[in-house]
Amino acid sequence: MTSNPRISISPHIHSGKTTQSIMLDVLIALAPTAIAGTVIFGLRSLAVIATCLVCCILFESLFNIAVKKEQTVGDLSAAVTGLLLALNLPANIPLWQAAVGSFFAIVIVKCLFGGIGCNFVNPAITARVFMLVSFGAMTVQSFPKKTMDAISSATSDTVSMSTPLPSLQSGYEPDLLDLFLGQKGGAIGEVCILALLLGGIYLIARRVITWHMPVCYISAVFALTFLLGGFDARFALASVLSGGLFLGAIFMATDYVTSPSTAWGKVVFALGAALITVLIRFYGTYPEGVSFAILFMNIITPYIDSFTARKIFGGGKA
Amino acid sequence: MHIGKPAHVVVKEGDHVDIGTLIAEQNGPISSPIYSSISGTVTKIRRTLMATGDLILAITVRSDKKETVDPSIAPPAINSAEDLIEAIRACGLVGLGGAGFPTYVKFKVDFSKIDALIINGAECEPYITSDTHTMTKKSDDMAYAFAAIEKYFGIKKIIIGIENNKKEAIESMRLLAKNDPCIEVRVLPSLYPQGGEKVLVYHTTGKVIPAGKLPSDVGCIVCNCTTVAAIGNYLQTGMPLVRKCVTVAGGAVKEPCNVIAPIGTEFSELFKACGGFVCDPEKITYGGPMMGLSVPDCSFQILKNTNAILALDKKEARLPKTTPCIRCGNCTSHCPFGLNPANIALALDQKDTQRLKALRVDVCMECGCCSYICPANRPLVQKNKLAKMLLREESAKEAAKK
Repeated sequence: MTSNPRISISPHIHSGKTTQSIMLDVLIALAPTAIAGTVIFGLRSLAVIATCLVCCILFESLFNIAVKKEQTVGDLSAAVTGLLLALNLPANIPLWQAAVGSFFAIVIVKCLFGGIGCNFVNPAITARVFMLVSFGAMTVQSFPKKTMDAISSATSDTVSMSTPLPSLQSGYEPDLLDLFLGQKGGAIGEVCILALLLGGIYLIARRVITWHMPVCYISAVFALTFLLGGFDARFALASVLSGGLFLGAIFMATDYVTSPSTAWGKVVFALGAALITVLIRFYGTYPEGVSFAILFMNIITPYIDSFTARKIFGGGKA
Repeated sequence: MHIGKPAHVVVKEGDHVDIGTLIAEQNGPISSPIYSSISGTVTKIRRTLMATGDLILAITVRSDKKETVDPSIAPPAINSAEDLIEAIRACGLVGLGGAGFPTYVKFKVDFSKIDALIINGAECEPYITSDTHTMTKKSDDMAYAFAAIEKYFGIKKIIIGIENNKKEAIESMRLLAKNDPCIEVRVLPSLYPQGGEKVLVYHTTGKVIPAGKLPSDVGCIVCNCTTVAAIGNYLQTGMPLVRKCVTVAGGAVKEPCNVIAPIGTEFSELFKACGGFVCDPEKITYGGPMMGLSVPDCSFQILKNTNAILALDKKEARLPKTTPCIRCGNCTSHCPFGLNPANIALALDQKDTQRLKALRVDVCMECGCCSYICPANRPLVQKNKLAKMLLREESAKEAAKK
């Protein structure tokens, strides 16, 4: 033996799964959605995605330099936030607004609270809500041409709406396959349900997320819409396939940092988010409630975590 | 050599010993006698550093290369339960799965309250296959021991738990079960820590051992399969525990295999027997990769309860950089006992003993799953150990006050 063996406390092996590899998996899972968004809305989508990605990574590294913290962009979480934010924006949003949103997500929501793992709300979703209230970002229309025509001919006054949700309520009956494949208005990443599902299945197969959150969230929204919408299965299905539900349920609500860590906690979070989503969709002033719902549930996550903690095996008395 | 009081040395420097000669006798109720594993001359009796980190009295025997057996070795006469317990005590047997708890103490129970003897055939850790070796090669010894245990202790049910990837061991044990209606083979999923006592009892019987209690409190005795084989061997030959099957493995070992070696053999001899190293070992461990201790060189010796020594190469021993917790919850979802290591680590950093107690860190068996799975490679099980230490210190202080 020429060199001395290393000494350390057990365990001496590691699963090899790291924060970086998890974030890389999320980026891979988001790729089909980003591609689908680009195909549906055109190359302008790529410009938005690139702006958000570059800005998020840049802002995080600049922040780390400014406060003399160890560089953290290598863990890819800033890239995930950037991509998620871009997918939450309409393709024709002014690029400076996308940059401001990135600044808000990374610096205000994430870095100022202590960086990765310390933010108590999801950066991308908070930035989306911030942009919605400050720029009215989500009401800028972004439609594939085919949908525009369909909606204009069905109803006369809904063209300025970003998603099919308000049109649905005024009696417009979109083709369910169109909704599934993404021939509808909305943010870059929320329209193509097929691509989102592919990403979700990938994440579950890679054990990055569990099925609890997306399955419970989406099915609860379906059930509640079915109930409140007068037992119209077609309407409920169209409603589930519209808006940001799949993007939110698969990629936003499952953010580790801001959602409960136990299976039961995830179920509670999903049901709560579903209830808020449906209430906003039916009775709120905004057509879409997914981001508000997730944001609200983010805030009460610590409480959900504390009352859904796992029972300790054999640990009756303290 | 075992948990409890160290044995009391009964030989002096210059004495001649044979294989099976008593060299240290039991010292107190939780202790165990030690026998010479080779024949030769006692050259040194000194305090020596063990692989476990303990500084204890060690007896060095220089081999005369004759391998002579002590003339007093003869099969014990067993006529009652007391005789059998005495035999298990006298042969120097301790928990060979790794715990090193004197075996005879486990059998000093009221057998009318015991429903089942559970045989641990689930290897304690990854890499280790020494128990599998016992089940495939020493099933005769095991059968002999089972027959005696059934006859004298009146045990009606013996459950052998084996992980489903040990096909040969399962087959070999099923052959035993065919001839003995008391024996039941239970195939368990291959997962770590299947060999943990509480985990094994739960997976074989569905019973939950409460924190701080023993298997006998839920009507079970858990015994490692290699321990059982050693009982069988002693009953037939009278040869006490002087040899141990040790898994020698790891990426740096040329021909990894199970080696049956005299207790007290140096690590370097075992690695030599396995063809030596193919590369410089990055880490040498005494025990498995999850709970074993890393040692600075190969000059340490195997003990009664050693089940593996590993020489890990760079790739195996590589640990990722520690980064901030991302609250993924993997530590708690992978904890066999449902603890929350991330929260325990936070409470420890704040020295919050009340919170540590509420989080039940005392239940932790230190299996290391939390650290293994943590994507941020945070020192979780390590902090659990520190937290347990802190609580022990605190309760010792409180006891001193009263």
